Amino acid sequence: MPDEAEANVGRTVEHLFREEAGRIVAALTGILGLRHLELAEDALQEALLKALRQWSYGNLPPNPAAWLMQVAKNSALDVVRRDARLREKAEAIADALEKNPAFSTAPGTFMADEIRDDQLRLIFACCHPALAHEGQVALTLKTLCGFSVGEIARAFLSTTETIAKRLTRARDRLRKADVPFEIPSGLELSARLDSVLEVLYLLFNEGYNASHGGELIRRELCEEAIRLATLLTRNPACDTPKTHALLALFFFQAARLAARIDEAGEILLLKHQDRTRWNREMIAKGMAHLDRAAAGDEASPFHLQAGIASCHCLASRYEETDWARILSLYDLLVTTDASPVVALNRAVAVGKVRGAAAGLAALDEIRNREALQRYYLFYAARAELLAELGRNEEARSDYAQALSFTELAAERNYLMKRLRQFDIE
Amino acid sequence: MTKANTQSATFMLLLRGGVSNRDLSAEQLQRQIERYLSWIEKLRRDGHFVAGEPLAETGKVLSGKNGSAVTDGPFTESKEEVGGYFIIRANDLEAAVELAKGCPIFGNDGTVEVRPIQQVPDA
Repeated sequence: MPDEAEANVGRTVEHLFREEAGRIVAALTGILGLRHLELAEDALQEALLKALRQWSYGNLPPNPAAWLMQVAKNSALDVVRRDARLREKAEAIADALEKNPAFSTAPGTFMADEIRDDQLRLIFACCHPALAHEGQVALTLKTLCGFSVGEIARAFLSTTETIAKRLTRARDRLRKADVPFEIPSGLELSARLDSVLEVLYLLFNEGYNASHGGELIRRELCEEAIRLATLLTRNPACDTPKTHALLALFFFQAARLAARIDEAGEILLLKHQDRTRWNREMIAKGMAHLDRAAAGDEASPFHLQAGIASCHCLASRYEETDWARILSLYDLLVTTDASPVVALNRAVAVGKVRGAAAGLAALDEIRNREALQRYYLFYAARAELLAELGRNEEARSDYAQALSFTELAAERNYLMKRLRQFDIE
Repeated sequence: MTKANTQSATFMLLLRGGVSNRDLSAEQLQRQIERYLSWIEKLRRDGHFVAGEPLAETGKVLSGKNGSAVTDGPFTESKEEVGGYFIIRANDLEAAVELAKGCPIFGNDGTVEVRPIQQVPDA
């Protein structure tokens, strides 16, 4: 939560630094080469610290973004001239930096496209299949979103040492694999784009699902995933139906972010959420992206998940949910996604569409899955169906099981209320 | 106008450190600057603000006869280096200290030295 004083300051653009961080590191890397990614990161940090030292006395430069770019450039040049390994190339690099309009101080330079493509080149590099998933995610956050090592550690419940090592390893891999700084083309593009979308999906889910790391940092992860995915759509090669499907999913989920948390900071399930708190503007954006996702004939898992999320977003009350459509989408999704939670959600949909007995059968089919053994939602869902069938004793026992597996206050209250209803009957 | 304008005493705040932590994210650094800007805004609104400027990290120290011994800044540690100054108006030293407590530098391990600017009597 920003405090009151911060909310009053309109003089710097919201998230200016975070967005400029990615632009600057990408533009510098375009000139220095991926081998010197860390040099670009350090130059950026130097510029940001200088901004802190100079702007904190009340006078901001007329164009803060251009100022940061310029100072980062000079800082990179300093290092290049001092570094023995780089000195030979120093003049060539200096020349390239001077000539690159990205670093021009002239107002109205129309380099937006080129800088944006540098960012995409950097995204493709960070999400390169030569890196492990965790390395991809960490490097993306560090270089494109200006996250600190400490923040990444907090977001992933890890230590700064581990994350620092992870980043070093990822940069080394990029060097050893001689990963080019480019937007892939031709046959390679589709697989490489898939790998980028996968990383953004992980990034978003970390923000959306994690129960750790604090609310602020989790929201930032979601925002950054949306920003980077949006960036992809601005380049024709990456502006694919699948990218739009992912964005649609992001917006549908993000629209419910605020309503998912109650006053005590606990996560609320769909049926308990106050739907008037859902963000209508984001749902509309989700629908627009879903439209564009339908352009091809591909139905990726992102398409299916976005479709399911749209059904929830479009229902003004839980009771009005289009379960038949949700079930048909889950039927497709379970063929590609082996997640037990997906199977559980499908079983719930079965219960809504074909009746409690069918839903119960679907649940019992998956009850041996390891991950569901201690999962309170499995027992809560089963209890609901049993109650619907009038099998009260079994329902009561499953509600009690569910209660023993959750600490969430909102859920506990709900489950205890259900349990009390049996006592009255 | 606010009554602060009638306050005659001025104070210099010398800021030291507060930027040494390198592992700050872009977002955290921006928020840090915004905290300064809103603190300054409040000082201005209440009529306390007179001036504020950063000092460059480079500098020379002169000493000896006619200032003939010129050395680079004496600063060995960045936390001891003066990063900049503010001049504020306040009723007395206690009031100035209270105002200085709002400086965001304390969130980042810095210090503020509050010094009354001495008024030399006319006669």
